[in-house]
Amino acid sequence: MSSSHSTLSQFTSTDSYIVSNELALAVNATITLEKPLLLKGEPGTGKTRLAEELAASLNTNLLRWHIKSTTKAQQGLYEYDAVSRLRDSQLGSDKVHDISNYIKPGKLWQAFTAEQRPVLLIDEIDKADIEFPNDLLHELDQMEFHVYETGEHVRAAQRPIVIITSNNEKELPDAFLRRCFFHYIRFPDAEILAAIVQVHFPNIQPRLLAQALEVFFELREAPGLKKKPSTSELLDWLKLLLAEDMQPEQLQQAHQKGGLMPMFGALLKNEQDVELVEKLAFMARRQGR
Amino acid sequence: MLIEFFFCVRRYGVKTSITELLDLLAALERNVIFADIEAFYQLSRTILVKDESYYDRFDRAFADYFEGVAEVDIASAIPEDWLARGLQRELTAEDKAKLQSLGGLDELIKQFKERLAEQQERHAGGNKWIGTGGTSPFGTYGYHPEGIRIGQEGSNARRAVKVWDKREFRDLDTDEVINNRSIQVALRALRRFARTGAATELDLDGTIQATSRKGGLLDLQWQAERHNAVKVLLLFDVGGSMDDYIYECEALFAAARSEFKHLEFYYFHNCVYESVWKENKRRHQQSIPTTDLINRYSSDYKLIFVGDATMGPYEIAYPGGSVEHWNKEPGAVWMKRLTDHFTKVAWLNPQPQERWHYYHSISMMHELVQQRMFPLTIAGLQKAIQALA
Repeated sequence: MSSSHSTLSQFTSTDSYIVSNELALAVNATITLEKPLLLKGEPGTGKTRLAEELAASLNTNLLRWHIKSTTKAQQGLYEYDAVSRLRDSQLGSDKVHDISNYIKPGKLWQAFTAEQRPVLLIDEIDKADIEFPNDLLHELDQMEFHVYETGEHVRAAQRPIVIITSNNEKELPDAFLRRCFFHYIRFPDAEILAAIVQVHFPNIQPRLLAQALEVFFELREAPGLKKKPSTSELLDWLKLLLAEDMQPEQLQQAHQKGGLMPMFGALLKNEQDVELVEKLAFMARRQGR
Repeated sequence: MLIEFFFCVRRYGVKTSITELLDLLAALERNVIFADIEAFYQLSRTILVKDESYYDRFDRAFADYFEGVAEVDIASAIPEDWLARGLQRELTAEDKAKLQSLGGLDELIKQFKERLAEQQERHAGGNKWIGTGGTSPFGTYGYHPEGIRIGQEGSNARRAVKVWDKREFRDLDTDEVINNRSIQVALRALRRFARTGAATELDLDGTIQATSRKGGLLDLQWQAERHNAVKVLLLFDVGGSMDDYIYECEALFAAARSEFKHLEFYYFHNCVYESVWKENKRRHQQSIPTTDLINRYSSDYKLIFVGDATMGPYEIAYPGGSVEHWNKEPGAVWMKRLTDHFTKVAWLNPQPQERWHYYHSISMMHELVQQRMFPLTIAGLQKAIQALA
């Protein structure tokens, strides 16, 4: 990260968010080259958080576009509210003569015309229909589009910083990928994870943290888990442990005795996993004897 | 300007284009990074690679280009005793007998080393390490290259391990034959939209009609949004000869699952008889009578069989033909009942089409589904979808 020549402010870890060097570099490349950044990674590794923190660190607006299975690409550009216009025509309102009164700008439009270069988050793009990314190719590449109803042409005054997240539910088309930078957020190692926890719980006892992390990583290693617990689950779990004023000894005892860890509900999200971990713990206990 | 590097990356099978190369050059020109090989690795990966399953290939390409991996002679670095002991431990008595026929362990180790040298070269050409093809004798004896960590032996001895030499993404690399996206695109052809649910969309035609009926007084009409309403019933053949096609079936299943809202699936073995089941583990406790399928699912469900239809002809034609239990009525009768009820039927066969004529049972099944058996490839899938539409 020795880009001393660049005039742009560099994105690095903040007081409330720990970012790996790799990811910081990917983000900085995205800012400099004005290309969208596609982020993948296990759920709960902070993909969405990144966009929030980035906007905060650049001191600019964050525009979120949450994608659902019914979202269409057009909605990101603008929507034409024909119903209001029909209603107004009945009421004899003067507004009705100007069609632009009924054009509602979408998130992309807002991002293109923002005064300060904003961060645009297109969250969970894989939830949408399989053709959705293809419909946005031109708009994301050229950062411009045409409004058919008014004949207006919207062009980005400055290219927004686009962050796109995906949970891999659908594969994205090649043509779309060509236009993006890509980063796969790896699950953090113990060191980074400890740093992340410190940021969220500055007053946690080091021994409790060490013990909790040991249990946590062991759990992640368990074969055949349907949903591996991730960073956000760890944070929830620690919050509960702290709220219960759990002592490191108690945690260690529970661990050695076998059986489930205290407050397991925060870490394990379905009953098959709970059952599996119970069985594993039982087996470990029998081997220990 | 990195053109050699670019070609090296492509040679390892990372799909990357000129656009990305230009992006990388632009990034370097803008001083995103400066004289730092690790940062260059991260930056070039961010720009050139678009899927985590290609990270491992990229790591190998990077190592090849910047370090010249090929210069290490791994074969001579492995101590012979150690290798022999490692192999011996893995072998059963039966294997050992087979081993003698190959000329004994010494001969095998010699072969192994030759193979290793050969693979080192081919590896540079973008192929995989030993043991994935399934034809290598080392594979059959339970030898696994990761077990002796060939990839790291050489590099550990020489220097500290670099990031790209760790190859942490090796598990994510998949040589997909047919990928999810292409299946999904093919399945899309089966979509039938129907309006269901709450009325939230403006019905323009309806509104114009209703408004003119009221003499110009606006009367808005609403309709429900369109959703994919196609219903699919999948019957999977499991176990036995189908084990070879698990990956293809999983891919098909995953794609179908995210594409269709109304998707039901059941399992059978070789041929459908009087019952099917939903969970393989509990197939004997929780099987469902096939007649229930006919009663429960209306005839507008599209019925898709997935199976290799490779079995003894008696398993289809005769009562008691099943290899697993005594079936009162032959499989053909059950197949006929199903195809009579469901009007749209197709059979997807993962067995390559060239081999179909070797098996009498395949032509019998082909007959039973009214010539609507198709190979489980993208082209076959498209034809099957046409037959179902």
